[in-house]
Amino acid sequence: MDFLLTPNPGLVIWTTISFVGLFLALKKYAWGPILQALKVREDTIEYSLQAAEKAKADVEEMVATRQKMMDEAKKERDELLKDTRALKDSILAEAKESAQEETQKLLNVARKQIETDKLTAINQLKNQVADMSIQIASILIDKEIDTDEKQKELINKHLDKANFN
Amino acid sequence: MKKVFSLLLVILVSIPLFASEKSSKDEEFDPTDLIMHHISDAHSWHVVSWGEGENEKHIEIPLPILLYSEGKIHTFLFSKFDKKTHIAQSKGQYFIYDHGTIYQTNKEGVVTKDSHGHIINEKPFDFSLTKNVWSMWLSLIIILAIFITIAKMYSDKPSRPKGIQSFFEPIIIFVKNDIAEEQIGSHKAHKFVPYLLTVFFFIWINNLIGLVPFFPGGSNFTGNISVTMVLAIMTFIVTNINGSKSYWKHTLTAPGVPAFVKVLLVPVEIIGLFTKPFALTIRLLANITAGHIIILSLVCLIFILNTVIISPVSVLLSMVMFMLELLVALLQAYIFTLLSAMFIGMAVADEEH
Repeated sequence: MDFLLTPNPGLVIWTTISFVGLFLALKKYAWGPILQALKVREDTIEYSLQAAEKAKADVEEMVATRQKMMDEAKKERDELLKDTRALKDSILAEAKESAQEETQKLLNVARKQIETDKLTAINQLKNQVADMSIQIASILIDKEIDTDEKQKELINKHLDKANFN
Repeated sequence: MKKVFSLLLVILVSIPLFASEKSSKDEEFDPTDLIMHHISDAHSWHVVSWGEGENEKHIEIPLPILLYSEGKIHTFLFSKFDKKTHIAQSKGQYFIYDHGTIYQTNKEGVVTKDSHGHIINEKPFDFSLTKNVWSMWLSLIIILAIFITIAKMYSDKPSRPKGIQSFFEPIIIFVKNDIAEEQIGSHKAHKFVPYLLTVFFFIWINNLIGLVPFFPGGSNFTGNISVTMVLAIMTFIVTNINGSKSYWKHTLTAPGVPAFVKVLLVPVEIIGLFTKPFALTIRLLANITAGHIIILSLVCLIFILNTVIISPVSVLLSMVMFMLELLVALLQAYIFTLLSAMFIGMAVADEEH
């Protein structure tokens, strides 16, 4: 049983040669490429993760910017609407006022016209009544009064006292 | 249920085989001899035997014998040794084969023995391509095939690992990250990762080949002291040629302790340099050989008790042992690699203790 703990020089030599050969072959053709590829992949993943993180941050920033812009636009729109509404109100009020003024003016003119026409009518009526009175009086009394002028004056005096209104 | 049934079937079919074997073994069965034969190296590769007594037939591959003796290199096949006398003649010299060892002898095959019955004839330097050598070369082919295939899969642009690559990649990364970088430190580890990976897969694959119970497996390669010693010496060399200044200072001068302690401590440290590879040698050897012995013993149980009734127990127990050995195969590869990394890590460390 002593063979168990006695190294065999032949096997030692073959194992050494084979193991060293295996190591060199694997190092050149297997471990080298594999470890290199793993490192490249690790770096790629690292880089990709960082890029993704950056992209995410960018997107978030863009979202924030968009929100801000939207908010501003909304505010602007609201202000515009408010201004417009005020403008509309003022225009309407002005229009109303001017229309009222115009109406008032027209009414005043009409009223004056009516007044003038009324006065004219009254005067004409007075004259006609005076004439008629003279004619009636002349018919009634021929000589009493010398001239028409004196009679007219007398009638007008009386007519003035009479109120037609 | 189906599984239990098929197991029973296997046992039933195997009973006649064992029974016939048993009937021929009227002579005393010696399990020690059988087991020792199985776990030792051999100059021929036994494939299968059948028949009994006179009709017993063996299929075995005679392996090349390479001897160096008296200034001459002798090369011949194992089959040159006579079946009965175990004597072979080459270039005018005679060799006799006895229990795995080749001795020089004369034409008549005279051997002289000491009082313990050991042959004390002159031995030629034997560097034959034994069963273990072929087994190792088989593992070399497997390892190279696996990892060169995998390496080719990496040659494209970085992508998701596929097939065999996805099985071995986590193991490679484990050895790299959790063994090498953990023990040595990430900035110094990259130099040693190829060595540690080679050691890990060399031991693991050879352990697994050793567990295959039929040709071309079953050799006790990683349970052979020559092999474990070579591996341990490799680690020893790698460790010490990369030893940092502080490592050697620490080992040879034991700084910071009183002089009279140094007298004790420095020899202990120097002995420690050599006990590390020794421990590596024995640990791997003992674990793998023990596994082989246990499984063989469980099978031998049938022949020791000389009854077929025990065979289900034997089969079940050896199955359990096989499972355990599968774990041990990986575990020992891991432990050897881890300890190697640890020793290297201790040697390359810069900081003062």
